[in-house]
Amino acid sequence: MVEKSTLKKLFERSYIVIALVLLYTPIFLMIVFSFFNTSSFSFSKGMSFNAYIQLFTSSNASTLGQAFKNTLLIAAISSVTATILGSFASIGIFAMSKRSRKIVENVNQLPVINSEIVIAVALMLFFITFRFPDGYTRLLLGHISFCTPYVVLSVMPRLMQMDSNIYEAALDLGAKPLRAIVSVIIPIILPGILSGFAMAFTISVDDFIITQLNKGTTSGIETLSTYIYSSQHTAGGLKPYWFAAFSIIIVVVVGALLLINLRRYKKTPSKRAENSR
Amino acid sequence: MKTYITNIGSKLVTKIKGFRITRSVFAYPYVLFMSLFVVAPLVILLANAFISNGQFTFSNFSDLVRDGASLKTLSFSILVGIITTSLCLLIGYPVAFILSKWSSGRLIVLLFILPMWVNFLIRTLSTRYMFEALGIELGIGTLIFGLVYNYIPFMILPLHTTLSNIDKSYSEAASDLGAHSITTFLKITLPLSMPGILSGITMVFIPTISTFAITQFLGGTSAHLFGDSINTKFEHQLYGVGSVMSLIMLALVLVSNYFMRKTNRGEAARNLW
Repeated sequence: MVEKSTLKKLFERSYIVIALVLLYTPIFLMIVFSFFNTSSFSFSKGMSFNAYIQLFTSSNASTLGQAFKNTLLIAAISSVTATILGSFASIGIFAMSKRSRKIVENVNQLPVINSEIVIAVALMLFFITFRFPDGYTRLLLGHISFCTPYVVLSVMPRLMQMDSNIYEAALDLGAKPLRAIVSVIIPIILPGILSGFAMAFTISVDDFIITQLNKGTTSGIETLSTYIYSSQHTAGGLKPYWFAAFSIIIVVVVGALLLINLRRYKKTPSKRAENSR
Repeated sequence: MKTYITNIGSKLVTKIKGFRITRSVFAYPYVLFMSLFVVAPLVILLANAFISNGQFTFSNFSDLVRDGASLKTLSFSILVGIITTSLCLLIGYPVAFILSKWSSGRLIVLLFILPMWVNFLIRTLSTRYMFEALGIELGIGTLIFGLVYNYIPFMILPLHTTLSNIDKSYSEAASDLGAHSITTFLKITLPLSMPGILSGITMVFIPTISTFAITQFLGGTSAHLFGDSINTKFEHQLYGVGSVMSLIMLALVLVSNYFMRKTNRGEAARNLW
């Protein structure tokens, strides 16, 4: 009996380990081969930092930098706008009558459940029909429209947990509604606002399909995603410096996320114990 | 009559007064924005499905049926979607199940989700180079591997959330009453994890059939999915037929969403943070 249970444990453990190894192999390989200055996974060119040097010296370095800047700029502007729009919207939706609340919540759900290609195509037709200016305008409006629902989704639960008497108390004590919202409600829902912002930012950075279809052919705007896509297509394969760029991004992103989440994980052991009961 | 009018008048006044203080005003900019950039584009899409050469027509629909290739792609996509989703479920369910029993499970689930923050094009290209280095020819097999690889976190996450929220005392009670562990799993754990299964299926199935970049990188020359066809139609300015195809996609989204109203993607996405 004892033997059977240890065997089972061993099996379970190795299953998880194998799954994790498979999941991380492509990422790991990319990092390894970034040190071999190669366009495919081979050791033929020997170990060097050439790929990393090319990142700053190759003829495409400025386009690459521009794509990186565009990605961050679009993500920053659209996630900040989405956060402001979405947070106030949540406060408003929360105070709505049951029927209109349901309608707004359903519309809010649309970009979340919808397939990306449908969103992209619909936005494209809309922008063409009403002759929106090419380039940043379309991209920003598009990104805000699919980021904001996630902000609303992360703020709403906070509002529902909040004791609604607190707001009434502030009003009774003579605060104007706006004052009550700014100094009573917003501090309470702040964690939801922050995680909504983080989500909006990552979704915007990660987006490919909607950006690809709405960036326009003449504007020449590239984000990292669309630039990866076009260099794979036109150059018939990625140049070695892409491996280096990816490796840096991967290490920074994974490191930062591990750090944030590990800290949060350590911070809330008592809460988890409560939940698991 | 007069009292009736003054009644309406006073009601209107209270409404206007109410309008000033009510908090729902804060939602109005958002409601306006969403009507413009979420609802209106879908209406335009619907309208475009019935327009060809500037005239109202059903020819886009008949073109699509006559063409045949796109519908073939659709059925092929659904097949690939079913295979991918089943594989994700078969591989992902044990992962979520094992992790839900571990005390460190939540931290390890994080490790399964982390790759999602690495741009999916990068991950897909990396798998492609891996296959090329191994000398494996690109085709349907590699495409399905890439799809499973990309979308499995979407399956593990809702499954883990549901499984770890199931009260342990149910299965304990079952085994106390003499049920075999397999019976306990089939009769207690599996039915209780149904919302997570449904949520995972939708979150994998829909993106799979509508993807287009992954197919181009991993599918070789032979495999195309419905997302590719939609993209190609719009690249060739065939807005009418493309809109009809997008509407089919939208219908698929709404139908599958209908089946999983209980747990939704938003909830799962929120759990990422």
